[in-house]
Amino acid sequence: MSTLEIKDLHASVTTDAGAKEILRGVDLTVRAGETHAIMGPNGSGKSTLAYAIAGHPKYEITGGEVLLDGENVLEMTVDERARAGLFLAMQYPVEVPGVSMANFLRSAATAVRGEAPKLRTWVKEVKGAMDDLEIDQAFAERSVNEGFSGGEKKRHEVLQLSLLKPKVAILDETDSGLDVDALRVVSEGVNRYKAAGDVGVLLITHYTRILKHITPDFVHVFAGGKVVESGGAELADELETNGYVKFTGAAAAAS
Amino acid sequence: MSSSQTTGTQASAENVAVAAEGKYGQGGVPPSGAMERFLSYDVEAFEVPGGREENWRFTPMKRLRGLHDGTAAFDGTAVIDVAAGDGSADGVTVESVGRDDERIGKGGIPADRVAAQAWSAFREATVVTLDGTPEPVTITLNGPGTGATAVAHLQIRTTPHAEATVVVEGRGSGALADNIEFVVADGSKLTVVVTEEWADDAVHVSGQHIALGRDATIVATSVAFGGDLVRVSPTVNYTAPGGSAELFGLGFADAGQHLEQRLLVDHSTPNCSSNVLYKNALQGEEGVTDAHTVWIGDVLIRAAAEQTETFEFNRNLVLTAHARADSVPNLEIETGEIAGAGHASATGRFDDEQLFYLQSRGIPEDVARRLVVRGFFGEILARIPVAELRERLEAAVEAELAVTGV
Ligand SMILES: Nc1ncnc2c1ncn2[C@@H]1O[C@H](COP(=O)(O)OP(=O)(O)O)[C@@H](O)[C@H]1O
Ligand SMILES: [Mg+2]
Repeated sequence: MSTLEIKDLHASVTTDAGAKEILRGVDLTVRAGETHAIMGPNGSGKSTLAYAIAGHPKYEITGGEVLLDGENVLEMTVDERARAGLFLAMQYPVEVPGVSMANFLRSAATAVRGEAPKLRTWVKEVKGAMDDLEIDQAFAERSVNEGFSGGEKKRHEVLQLSLLKPKVAILDETDSGLDVDALRVVSEGVNRYKAAGDVGVLLITHYTRILKHITPDFVHVFAGGKVVESGGAELADELETNGYVKFTGAAAAAS
Repeated sequence: MSSSQTTGTQASAENVAVAAEGKYGQGGVPPSGAMERFLSYDVEAFEVPGGREENWRFTPMKRLRGLHDGTAAFDGTAVIDVAAGDGSADGVTVESVGRDDERIGKGGIPADRVAAQAWSAFREATVVTLDGTPEPVTITLNGPGTGATAVAHLQIRTTPHAEATVVVEGRGSGALADNIEFVVADGSKLTVVVTEEWADDAVHVSGQHIALGRDATIVATSVAFGGDLVRVSPTVNYTAPGGSAELFGLGFADAGQHLEQRLLVDHSTPNCSSNVLYKNALQGEEGVTDAHTVWIGDVLIRAAAEQTETFEFNRNLVLTAHARADSVPNLEIETGEIAGAGHASATGRFDDEQLFYLQSRGIPEDVARRLVVRGFFGEILARIPVAELRERLEAAVEAELAVTGV
């Protein structure tokens, strides 16, 4: 039974012009079994939150805490966080030329599981996971994300999710750039991961359409670098109708 | 890897400089001068280079130990050992011959002053003749020792229709100027791996002269790890139609190292092919002279060389700051009747985003770095013909990565 606790998190991004504060006191708790949706306008800091939790070197934590089952995540290196059970499906997955997807997946599984998976069962496992996500086997021999379309990259993020089975998964706009079929395939992948384990999901999205496939238990509105409103699934419907205007106004007034 | 593809690009970031220049000439004035390169066996026919000349501009002249300007004493000896060279190996003949031996010079003629210096100064040449299908032969080129300078001359030749594999391993200390001739007879195939595994102090300036007979093939892999300064200049000459040259390279430059590869493929007869793929990785260190690689790829297709097929590609992977990769592909074509010609150069950095991505999947930093470098060199290492050697070179790549402790 895992819990990710984000307490009063402040973070700034390092830019050429100096540090710029983006996160201004984020409070959020994700427990195993729960799906949280974070929705907010462009530029509100959703990706920054995801990167800050994952430990991207560009983002500096200036205050607050992130705990995974009581352990201080912020003191861990990026790979330690992943091995502790955190996973970030990135909005813009990175291309790594020269490293095959197969090699990459095996290295990641070896690291996260603490031992190299047995070759025979591993091959089957990967093949099955790729089939589930309707990914052609030929991708295994291609360089990580190199020349993949936007949709192919997102499918491979979910492929990694299904193989690495983290305690808590953060999905940053995994739905963006997907056509209707791909959205269904990717959503089913997330739902399978969720159903198979006692895990928590933090789903960052800009649009409500993915919430038709993945039902959130909680919806949070993110604006001006923090959560400005929380509610149930019905909050998403309200956002669908009224947009973010009400909240961006509130965030502007608060900051 | 953030790549700057093809030619004419420049990129730099905090003490990392990568540069790629490209020239493309179709008739007209040869931009590099490679078409009319001056050649001579005589050292005095060359002016002492100052370092500004086109073919010396990347080389740190001060570190050449006088190999280029007549001040080297040539007080040492570079011993050439040929394993199985006692006459017991079938199809392998090893001879020590004087400079008047009529076979000497059949591979080519020196094109720079150091090669001409080595040619003018050597007393005995080692000639290794490969006949039929002999077992792989290993030749060790031993440096003259710390502080000493030496010249050497080696010729490796095949008989018609032979198929042979040769490994030339450069080891030891000191400064060595040499010429290595590869004379590949009609219908024969020579697979050769030349390794630069020198001690940290070593300087090696080597002219490689490859002459391909009718329908002859060379598959040459150049591996550069060691030495303070290594400059290897292979030239491919096609003496008859049907020749094929596949030239691969793998270099790993550490802090302070200068590794230079200067290729010239001279297509002068019809129906020949060349395929060049050189890959270098670089890792520097703060407070030490930049790790530096230089790759020059000149390919000439002369008027007579109809139906030539050629492709050359240099890729560099800059792993850290304080490293510089220079890459100059150059293709000059004098005939419209070619089967295909292309060239490219790409220099990329192993960047923080890639590292972050791999680490975010639980992969520790050192493993991530290895994954990228192994992947990068994989296609070259996979082509190394002798399994034992391949494994040793794979281990050497890993050892290079361990040096910086990342
Ligand atoms: N690397 C960066 N350099 C400069 N500004 C950045 C960087 N990353 C994020 N920002 C800025 O931080 C704010 C939040 O960005 P982001 O977290 O990507 O928002 P969202 O994901 O909600 O669209 C934006 O104003 C964005 O321009
Ligand atoms: Mg975003």
